[in-house]
Amino acid sequence: MSVEMPLWAQLVVALLLVCSGLLVLISATGLVLLQDFFQRMHPPAIAYTLGSWCVALAGMVCFSVIESGPALHPGLISILLAFSVPVTTVLLARASLFRRRAAGIEGTPPPLSAPAGSASEVESPVASRP
Amino acid sequence: MSSLLSGACTFALGSYAVASVVVVARLIGGPRAQDRVLALDLLYLHGMLAMLVLGIRYQSDIYFEGALLIALFGFVSSSALAKFLLRGEVME
Repeated sequence: MSVEMPLWAQLVVALLLVCSGLLVLISATGLVLLQDFFQRMHPPAIAYTLGSWCVALAGMVCFSVIESGPALHPGLISILLAFSVPVTTVLLARASLFRRRAAGIEGTPPPLSAPAGSASEVESPVASRP
Repeated sequence: MSSLLSGACTFALGSYAVASVVVVARLIGGPRAQDRVLALDLLYLHGMLAMLVLGIRYQSDIYFEGALLIALFGFVSSSALAKFLLRGEVME
């Protein structure tokens, strides 16, 4: 079922695929070269956003041209990643913070310890609202 | 399939393979457990992107569903591992 695509679609898809490959390589290199865990959490974001969007756009263009109609289902994966990746990242950052405090590693930020009185003052207008 | 498109697909798949090898280096040598979880999460992403590129290469919709499943399982497993690191157990 190999349908020949027009040249402009081939160029767009090829360019997006090459871009995504280069971006994924950059993010993997950053993951290995950076020194600290909290610095190391940043390079995967390149692959999660730009890399996956490049492939999803390439898929959209490719399937839209082949089926000669709008085919937007590859974008579903990017939307799913946009919802799921921040959850994982925040959970992992909190776990790392917790474990570094437990291990007593230097340079870990201390916990935010607001006094109980000020916290209840901030909370009270919201709580007493009818 | 033209040679331009198949060359681009081969380049993308090759760079995913190289990136996965680099990430496996972090997975094996990562100093702490959270580095390993991060590397595993990125490996899931590389597998999912490879499935999408294969779908473009062979012009088939089946690969898309596999990529969607890999994305879902990657989210569930990574968040479960992060939760385990945070609390020492996954469910209470």
